[in-house]
Amino acid sequence: METDTLFKPGHTACAGCGQAIGAKLVIESAGPNTIVVNNTGCLEVFSAKYPESAWNVPWIHSLFENAAAVASGVEAALIYLGKKANTNVIAQGGDGSTADIGLQALSGMLERGHDILYVCYDNEAYMNTGVQRSGLTPFSSATTTSPVGAKSFGNIRPKKPMPEIALAHGIPYMATCSSAFMQDIQRKIKKALSIKGPKYIQMHVPCPLGWRHESELTLQVAKLAVETGLYPIVEYENGVLISKGEITPKPVEEYLKVQGRFKHLLTNPEAIKQIQDIADYNIQKYGLKKEG
Amino acid sequence: MKELLEGSRAVAEAVKLCKPGVISAYPITPQTHIVEELAQMVASGELDSQFINVESEHSAASVVLGAVATGVRAFTATSSQGLLYMGEVVFNIAGMRLPLVMTCANRAISAPINIWNDQQDSISLRDAGWIQLYAENNQEVVDFHLMGYRISEDKSMMLPVMVCMDGFILTHGMEMVDMPEQEKVGIFLPPYQPLYKLDPAFPISMGLLADPDYYMETRFAIKETLKDALQFIPKVALEFKNIFGRDYKDCLVEEYHTKDAEKVIVAMGSVCGTIKEVVDEFRKKGKKIGLLRIISFRPFPYQRVYEILKDIPRVAVLDKSVSLGAYSPLAIEIKAAFAGKKKAPQAISSFVAGLGGRDITPESIKDILRKLTQKEIDLEFIDLKPELLKESYGD
Ligand SMILES: Cc1ncc(C[n+]2csc(CCOP(=O)(O)OP(=O)(O)O)c2C)c(N)n1
Ligand SMILES: [Mg+2]
Repeated sequence: METDTLFKPGHTACAGCGQAIGAKLVIESAGPNTIVVNNTGCLEVFSAKYPESAWNVPWIHSLFENAAAVASGVEAALIYLGKKANTNVIAQGGDGSTADIGLQALSGMLERGHDILYVCYDNEAYMNTGVQRSGLTPFSSATTTSPVGAKSFGNIRPKKPMPEIALAHGIPYMATCSSAFMQDIQRKIKKALSIKGPKYIQMHVPCPLGWRHESELTLQVAKLAVETGLYPIVEYENGVLISKGEITPKPVEEYLKVQGRFKHLLTNPEAIKQIQDIADYNIQKYGLKKEG
Repeated sequence: MKELLEGSRAVAEAVKLCKPGVISAYPITPQTHIVEELAQMVASGELDSQFINVESEHSAASVVLGAVATGVRAFTATSSQGLLYMGEVVFNIAGMRLPLVMTCANRAISAPINIWNDQQDSISLRDAGWIQLYAENNQEVVDFHLMGYRISEDKSMMLPVMVCMDGFILTHGMEMVDMPEQEKVGIFLPPYQPLYKLDPAFPISMGLLADPDYYMETRFAIKETLKDALQFIPKVALEFKNIFGRDYKDCLVEEYHTKDAEKVIVAMGSVCGTIKEVVDEFRKKGKKIGLLRIISFRPFPYQRVYEILKDIPRVAVLDKSVSLGAYSPLAIEIKAAFAGKKKAPQAISSFVAGLGGRDITPESIKDILRKLTQKEIDLEFIDLKPELLKESYGD
């Protein structure tokens, strides 16, 4: 089977949707012998509205927060049937379904050791319901529930350290990636699926509507998040950092200024400094800076 | 073979006979013994099944959902807070037309927290699209699990079944139970043949978004299937009788001395054992008392109820749950059975008893019978303690 037909065109994603690019890469990298379990969210809605479905692999959506648990049941059933060895199980969902309401189900899945790859498409807010803040919304970002006002400067907390939370479960594979680096995504999905046990991959996926950037800038925006150090690209196998996306750091302002969600920061050097501190911390922590 | 078994053990034995490939559950009193027994059976190799210890009931229900969607028979059990916690998934399983059997060890709902028996938990999920069968004793509990899978997995049904058993009274009660033989179970309940499943060989999408153009028909279809279930459950009960010898008639209701009765109590579950004792006692004295036991609360057998009660002068409905702000749940259904009908009892009086595990004694039943006059009672709580009602908070 041609893998480029596994996620068919004609779905209803917005122009420039980073998640649509990401999801296509994921399933094409995984191949046809894959069962996909999807949380509720943009991806589920734009890819599977009755009577149509973009999915040409077995695909199931149950609820907002239970993909990790449904996938656990799928995996258990495959083991019972003796079919697990040649079938991949992928659970996937947005940042809200992963880091907030579905964190418990995900933690259970990781802790129980199921042979499942979980992919979190991180567009940094609850997009499907109209851009409300989630646990993965970045510091100071304006969303509809963390608006900017006389007494508010946007989201009051930094991103929940979801990759570290996943890693802390002692899983054999954890990686972050970005829709700007497609070969990296393909490699990581393939690598993850070659490893038995629970895997977690978190992918940064711009949302032009929610981030308020031009839809043709999706890949550029995603790239800037990585190049500024705001979205570290890392890969861990058995708890050891095995690869990282090295950068020649750009000032965060370059990333902030192309997005409406950060517009209120641009006139405020102190606010930009706070964001720069986050980037610097990431660069320091993972040693992202290219030598020489 | 008859054995003296704890109710929970009996459930586990029955489930084992049904050979689920995946079992997932989360502990909650009084359901725990059921899943502990099953865990033991899996651990010892007696039962070939994937036993998934999850972090919540939400996930327990989700795991079995995923397993059934992949084409494997599954089992879970819960109670009370656990059932409410998985409530979203409970609706989802029926909406996705996935066959499953779940045991509900009936228990009260918090607050205040209370681990004892009433039927508020399963009753609160009556609108989820599941078939709900209420057992009186542990023989029924066993048999309803077998019938549950048979009904649920039939291509004409494809809906989940909840076997409701009163917490502690049945789950922890020791009773003689005739355990069906594996060989006969194999005949009654063939291996699960999914109509649809997640399989890379034939990729399908399940759980799609249905907009206003499509949603209503899904609900209509479940409603129709549940109507058909009123015909199908009796068929399965007959098959069951033919193989195992136990006769549940239509398995929708049980009539106990209703034919000539002047007063009939309508109830569900284990309390019917107590009511039968009182009926026997009254009958000995020549008093025409009867019991109508509802087995299938969903689908609700309105027509059967109508036929049985239409000439009965006085009917008392005993609920072990409430629908706060309205009549109590069983009473609502019994009254509805007579709405717009020519014949009806003079009085359909509604009583609530046994909430949060308060004993329903033969005296409680007699109290109901005394209060069952021509004058219809809207809703009365039996065995209330007036001294506890005096506390007030400010003026
Ligand atoms: C239990 C429950 N709570 C809330 C919702 C509403 N809801 C559906 S999708 C969604 C947001 C999804 O956000 P995310 O997981 O980040 O995915 P995205 O749409 O951004 O890709 C919310 C809040 C729901 N469906 N179920
Ligand atoms: Mg999101």
